[in-house]
Amino acid sequence: MEYDIVIIGAGPAGLGAAVEAYEKGVRNILIIERDSYPGGILQQCIHNGFGLIEFKEELSGPEYAERFIEKVRKYGINMMLNTMVLNISSDKIVKAVNQENGVMEIKAKAIILAMGCRERPRGAISIPGTRPAGIFTAGTAQRYVNMEGYMPGKEIVILGSGDIGLIMARRFTLEGATVKAVVELMPYSSGLTRNIVQCLDDFGIPLLLSHTVIEIRGKERVEGVTIAQVDENKKPILSTAKYISCDTLILSVGLIPENELSKSAGIMLDPVTGGPLVNESMETNVEGIFACGNVLQVHDLVDNVTKEARLAADSAVKYINKMLIKEGRHIDVKAGSGIRYVVPQMVNYENIDDKVKFHMRPTDVYKNAYITVKSGDKQIIRKKMQRLTPGEMILIDVPKDKFLSDDLSPVGEITFEVEVV
Amino acid sequence: MVKRELTCIVCPNGCRLVVEMEGKEIVNITGYECKRGLKYAEDEIIAPKRTLTTIVKAEMGHLPVVSVRTKEPIPKELIGKAVLELSKITLKPPINVGDIVVKNILDTGVDVIATRNLYSK
Amino acid sequence: MYDVIIIGGGVVGSSIARELSKYDIKVLLIEKEDDVASGGASKANSAILHAGYDPVPGTLKAKLNVRGNEMFDELCKDLDVPMKRVGSLVAAFSQDEVESLYKLYDRGLKNGVKNISIISADMVKEIEPNINDTIVAALYAKTAGIICPYGFVIALAENAAQNGVEFVFNQEVISIDKEDDVFTVKTQDKEYFGKYIVNAAGLYADVINNMVSDKRFSIHPRKGEYLILDKEEGYLANTVIFQVPTKMGKGILVSPTVDGNLLIGPTSEDIYNKEFRKTTYKGLEKAIKGAKKSVEKFNERKTITQFTGVRAVPDVDGEDFIIGESDVKGFINVAGIESPGFTSSPAIAEMVGEILKDAGLNMVEKDNFNPKRKPVIRFNELTDEERNELIKKNPAYGKIICRCETVTEGEIIDAIRRPVGAKSIDGVKRRVRAGMGRCQGGFCSPRVLEILSRELNADPLNVTKFGGRSNVLTAKAKEYLINSYKELLKSGV
Repeated sequence: MEYDIVIIGAGPAGLGAAVEAYEKGVRNILIIERDSYPGGILQQCIHNGFGLIEFKEELSGPEYAERFIEKVRKYGINMMLNTMVLNISSDKIVKAVNQENGVMEIKAKAIILAMGCRERPRGAISIPGTRPAGIFTAGTAQRYVNMEGYMPGKEIVILGSGDIGLIMARRFTLEGATVKAVVELMPYSSGLTRNIVQCLDDFGIPLLLSHTVIEIRGKERVEGVTIAQVDENKKPILSTAKYISCDTLILSVGLIPENELSKSAGIMLDPVTGGPLVNESMETNVEGIFACGNVLQVHDLVDNVTKEARLAADSAVKYINKMLIKEGRHIDVKAGSGIRYVVPQMVNYENIDDKVKFHMRPTDVYKNAYITVKSGDKQIIRKKMQRLTPGEMILIDVPKDKFLSDDLSPVGEITFEVEVV
Repeated sequence: MVKRELTCIVCPNGCRLVVEMEGKEIVNITGYECKRGLKYAEDEIIAPKRTLTTIVKAEMGHLPVVSVRTKEPIPKELIGKAVLELSKITLKPPINVGDIVVKNILDTGVDVIATRNLYSK
Repeated sequence: MYDVIIIGGGVVGSSIARELSKYDIKVLLIEKEDDVASGGASKANSAILHAGYDPVPGTLKAKLNVRGNEMFDELCKDLDVPMKRVGSLVAAFSQDEVESLYKLYDRGLKNGVKNISIISADMVKEIEPNINDTIVAALYAKTAGIICPYGFVIALAENAAQNGVEFVFNQEVISIDKEDDVFTVKTQDKEYFGKYIVNAAGLYADVINNMVSDKRFSIHPRKGEYLILDKEEGYLANTVIFQVPTKMGKGILVSPTVDGNLLIGPTSEDIYNKEFRKTTYKGLEKAIKGAKKSVEKFNERKTITQFTGVRAVPDVDGEDFIIGESDVKGFINVAGIESPGFTSSPAIAEMVGEILKDAGLNMVEKDNFNPKRKPVIRFNELTDEERNELIKKNPAYGKIICRCETVTEGEIIDAIRRPVGAKSIDGVKRRVRAGMGRCQGGFCSPRVLEILSRELNADPLNVTKFGGRSNVLTAKAKEYLINSYKELLKSGV
C-alpha cells in the first residue's frame, strides 16, 4: 500500500487535514482511525461552543465533526476505521493492524500526525488512599454518560478544573447526579471562564481553588474523599482537611499529547508541550512528517485545531510537490519570562507566506500585561492583553517583515515575553 | 447606579462585561468585543438564556443514547424542566444530525434537535 | 467430600493446589475474593525472586527460599510466565555498610546460595550505570530475579484447574468444625466437607487457625508502600537494587519490573488493621526519598501508579514461617508466609505435599498430569507473520483494545474464558495488562467492561472492578432524572 499522504487519527485535526489536502489537489490520501467511527473526542463532547470561528455558528462536538466527515465522504477520501497504528518509521512506513487486513505496511510520501492527547491518570498525581471503584478521568466519564448511556456515579467530587471537568460537572447535574465540589490545586482554574460561569455558577457548584484531594476512602466503591487547602508550594495544609462523602471521584487534571508513535519515528519532542518540536510549516524534525492538533499542543478550541490542521496539510502538499524549502535561514523561537511555551519552536524564513501564527500559554495569571516579541534588545511586537491565564491559549501573529533585522536579513531568534506594567 | 460584572459565555473569548444599572434599567454596557456580547449582557440581566445540551435514550440504534440540543438558547429557569421532559422520550433510528426531536419545547418556541446520527444496529 | 480443602487463593494456596493436582485426589480451593491473587500480599509485593542470603541460616525461610528459587525456571517455562533472572545487588554506600555485605555474604554461603560475590564500585557501575556515584561496593547475587507476582499465581491456578482442582470464589470461611475425621467448612453461603484442611489464608491465617486449633497465634499486618514509574524510567535499573539493612529497617529497593517499568519501595510500617491497605503522603514520600539513596536519577513525576502491600507477619520467634500439621489432626497451617514467601512458595507446596502424605493422605500420582499451562497468546510479542496467521483464524486478535500495552480483544476474551478466568476489570488487567499502561485504563476500561458484560452475560451495571460491591457504573443514563421526576409527581408538585 502506498499513499501520498497518510493521516493518523480521524479526530478534528486528522479530518481537517484530510479535507484541506484534498482541496489542495492531493487525491491519494489515507486516514487511519482506531475507533469504529470518525470524529475522535468530539463525538463525546456533546456540549455547544464549537465552530464559532470556523462556521460562525455554535455547534456541538458531534455536529462539528459531522461537517468534516460529510466532506471526507463526499470527496471519497480513504479511511480505515478500527485500525491501530503500531509504529511509524523515520522513512515514513506506517505499520498498522486491523481485523480485515491483519498487519499492514503502508508507505507514505508525507505523514500527518493527528493522534490527539490522553488524560493524566490518577497515579501521576499520586493521591494517597485506597483503590476502590468509582475513580474516573473526566473524559472516560464523559464517554460513559454521553455515548454509552451509563452513569458512573451519583454523588461526585471533581478534582481539577480543566474544561472537561467543568463540562462534566454540568452534565452530571443535568443527569440528576449531585456534584458536591470542584477542587482545584492552583489558585486559578485551568478551564475557560465561560465554562466556570455556565457549568458551575449556573448550578451553584462550588469551585474550591488552592485545594486538593489528600485521601481517597472506601474499600470497594469510593465512599468519600478528604480535601485540604494547599499553601503556596502546593503542599496540603493538614489543619484545613475536610471530609466529603461521595461515591465517585472524577479527575480532570490535565491532558498529555499522545506521542508514543512519534517517538518510534525518531521525532524530537518539546519537554514542555509534550508534543513534537515543529517549524512554521508544522513539520517535525523528521522530514515529511507533520503534526497538528492536540498531539502537537493541547488546544482550548477546536476551531484552532482545524486551522492548525490546514496549515499542516498545506505544508504536506507543498512537501510532496517539492515546494517546501529545507535549506534557508532558521529563526529560533524562545519562551521568555512569563511564557511557558511557544509553538512553533522554530521558523524557516523562506517558507513564510505572509505571517506566522504563534501559540503560547503564560506561566501565571496576569492582568493588563503585554505580550512582547523581541529579537535581541529590539522589540518587534507589543500587544496589550486584558487578562492572561494559563487556562487560555494566546495566539500572536507575527508578519513576515517583522522577522527581518535592520540589514534586511532574518534575525537569529525571537523571544516571547510577558511584560507586566 | 449599580455596576454588574458578567463574563460573556457566547464564545470562548469570555469578554468581561460591565453593565451599569439604574434601578432595573440598563444605562450602559461596556467590555464586549462583538454585538453578540451586547445582546448577551442585555439578556443576562433581563431574562438569562442557555442552550441546553444533553442526551436522550435510543433503541435499536448503534448507540444507546443520542445527543441533542436546543436549537436556540431557552430561558435559564426552564433548563431543569426541559431535561425532565427529554428524559421521557426514546428515539429510534434513523436519526440525522439536525432532526427535530421535540418541537417547541415547553412552549419556548425553540425546537430540540439531534446533534448526532443514529444508525440501525 | 474433598480429600483436601485449601483456604486461600494467594501464591501459597495456588502453589499447593497445583502441587496437589499431580495426585489422584479431590481438591477444592476456597477464596473470599473474586479471583486468585486478588486480596492480599500476592497481589502487591516487590515482584522479586530472592536469592536467599537474607534469612537466618537454619530457619524454614532460609531452606525454602533457596529451594524455591531453584524451582522457578522449570515452573515458569511450564506455566508460560515471564521471569527474568536479572540478579540483585545489595548496595553499600559507606564503609560501614560494606561490613554488613560480608555478613550477608556469609549467610548466603551457609544457606547454600549459588553465584554470590562482593563486587567493587567499578563493577557495580558497569552493571548499574545509573546507580549513585557514592556507591562503595555491593553484594551481587545472580540467581535473584523479577517476575509478575499475580501472573504467576494466576498461571498456577489455571494449571491446577486444568488438572482437576476445583475453585470457588467470593466465599468467605466463617467456621470450621471437625467431626469423625471430617471437617465442615462453612462459608457465608455454603458448606464444604473435607478430610484435610490446608490453611493458606495469608493475613487471615490466624483467624482460620483459631477457628479450629487451641494453639492460637496471630498474624500482624506490616504495610509497604510502592510506586510504579513509566517505562521511560525503566532503564534506570538493570538488577534489583537493595540497600544494606540498617537499624532503621531494610531500606527501599529500586527494581525493573518484568514488563519494563521501574518499581520503587517498599516502606515498612506495622499497622493494626489488616484492611488499612492504603497509600499515604508520608509513606510515598518515604519511598521516594529512600529510593533516591540508591538511584537519584528517577523522576517521581513519571509515577503511573502506587500501591500498598501487606505482609503477614506471624507472632512467633524470629518471625519464621509456620508450616505443619496443627494440634488438630488433618489441619495443616501454612501461615506467616511473609518475605521471602513468594520465592519460597513452590518449595512450601512440595513440603505441604510431604506433610499430607505423612499425615496419612493416600497420594497416588496421576498418569495424566499435565504440567504445562495452555500457552497464552501475547500479541505484543508475536512476529508480524504470526500475527497475521492468528488474525486470519480469529479476527478478534486484530482489534486492539488497550492502546498503551497493545492488548487485543482476542487476548481479553481468552483471559475471561480460561479456567479460573477473569471476572472483573482488574481480573482482566492482571491477566493481559489491559489498563496497566500510561493512561491507566482511561481509554480501554469502557471497552473491557463491554467485553466482560458480553462474555459473562452480565448487565454492564453488574460488572465490577474487583468483585464484591466494586461496581463500576451506578445507573443507566436518565435513571436518576426519572426517579427525581417520579418523586416530584409523588409530592404533587
